[in-house]
Amino acid sequence: MNIQPRPRLDMILEDLERISEPADLQEISERLREFFRIDHLVYHWVSAAGEQYGCGTYDRSWAQRYIDQDYMRIDPVIKGCYQRFHPVDWKQLDWSGKATQAFLKEAMEFGLGNQGYSVPLRGPNGQFALFTVNHRCDDETWAAFTDQNRRELILCAHYFNQKALEFEPDRAPTLARQLSPREVDALTLLALGYGRAQVADTLSISEHTLRVYIESARFKLGAVNTIHAVARAISQGLIVISTSAPSGSVADPLTHRAQG
Amino acid sequence: MLRYVYGTDLKQTPRLADSMFRDRARQFRDRLGWDVNVDGNGHERDEYDDLDPLYVIWEGSDGLHRGSMRFLPTTGRTMINEHFTDLLGGGTLVSPLIWECTRFCLAHGAESRIAAALMLGGGELMRHFGVAHFAGVFDARMIRIYRMIGSSPEILGSAGDGKSRISVGLWEFTPEARKHVSHRAGVSPELSETWFYRSFGVPVRQLAETA
Repeated sequence: MNIQPRPRLDMILEDLERISEPADLQEISERLREFFRIDHLVYHWVSAAGEQYGCGTYDRSWAQRYIDQDYMRIDPVIKGCYQRFHPVDWKQLDWSGKATQAFLKEAMEFGLGNQGYSVPLRGPNGQFALFTVNHRCDDETWAAFTDQNRRELILCAHYFNQKALEFEPDRAPTLARQLSPREVDALTLLALGYGRAQVADTLSISEHTLRVYIESARFKLGAVNTIHAVARAISQGLIVISTSAPSGSVADPLTHRAQG
Repeated sequence: MLRYVYGTDLKQTPRLADSMFRDRARQFRDRLGWDVNVDGNGHERDEYDDLDPLYVIWEGSDGLHRGSMRFLPTTGRTMINEHFTDLLGGGTLVSPLIWECTRFCLAHGAESRIAAALMLGGGELMRHFGVAHFAGVFDARMIRIYRMIGSSPEILGSAGDGKSRISVGLWEFTPEARKHVSHRAGVSPELSETWFYRSFGVPVRQLAETA
């Protein structure tokens, strides 16, 4: 197969799932940057008490400078994203004002690009984090990038934050992430090779409803797409596929491959 | 016009917020007879209003509420996951790409185009924020109105009887639906986008050039 030498997002997410040390998040952020082909990717956690934790590809001296100068006070990205849950293009933020302009100028001297897109994350107990991609390019290129990658960025942001939360010593119990019976049914049929229309038909639901169940299952499984979700569900033993299904019992499964 | 307001920011528009919560009391308690709490201010508020949701609100020229709905991502607490999982065959819906839409409310005497305008606003959230689906909790009698304005939810199930019947369903916005809803609302897609940016910030070109 003639595929481009691009890292695979599903493999990065598999490794994200497996890491056992907070320090390993750094390498994941670098690999995600490579995958998205951008200058920078940063994760920035702010606790309810105002403590900060971060990792990512910004120059270390910039990160240190940011903390030393307490730039969180004036950073428009923090102001514009705090207590929100929608992704924010930096172009929509208020960069006016002398202090903000100086902050921006300095950030660029440390190698930040002129474009940014941040996904705010609301965790338990007032936890707030930002997952940011940053790049140097023109507006059109950036608009095309965010348009094309928006949903993957949002998913990655949440997976990244979930992992960071796992490392919290006294973390609050998170929402149950078990697959629902309908999600198990849907993934099982997809694993058997049913097409979407057949799955919907078999479960007596519409294809739209099926897409919602698959979307939810994909997130619960930390997966990047449907094929990845099915693979993860099988490997975690959440769905069981008989390898010796009598022929003809599942309507020629091999001819009806699951669609990504 | 359409406004998009997070819960924490409602205090900046006290008249708008006050009239929204009052209209909700009129619709959900008085007209539909839902078992909801109305506080001493005459406001219908529930625990999900305390989670800092995003409201899409139609504001009349007098600055008062004409219609609204409320959104929360399903990665946090939602009404569906806490009260209606039986309608989904058990279990939860969880994804940052699936948002819950509840408390779809129209002020008494509001023109039907306002319902369409709210739908148009929902479509903006989907287009701009990468939302793939809305899962809604709504008054079953609204289904006919939704269909009329060209934005029919797909009903997953209903609970209760008579006028207090509550439905759970899914909304999807296609480009064709957008055109139709825009026409019904009497709001052009361009105007809708202008209002959207007024709430969320107008994109300023080339950040770098100002530095």
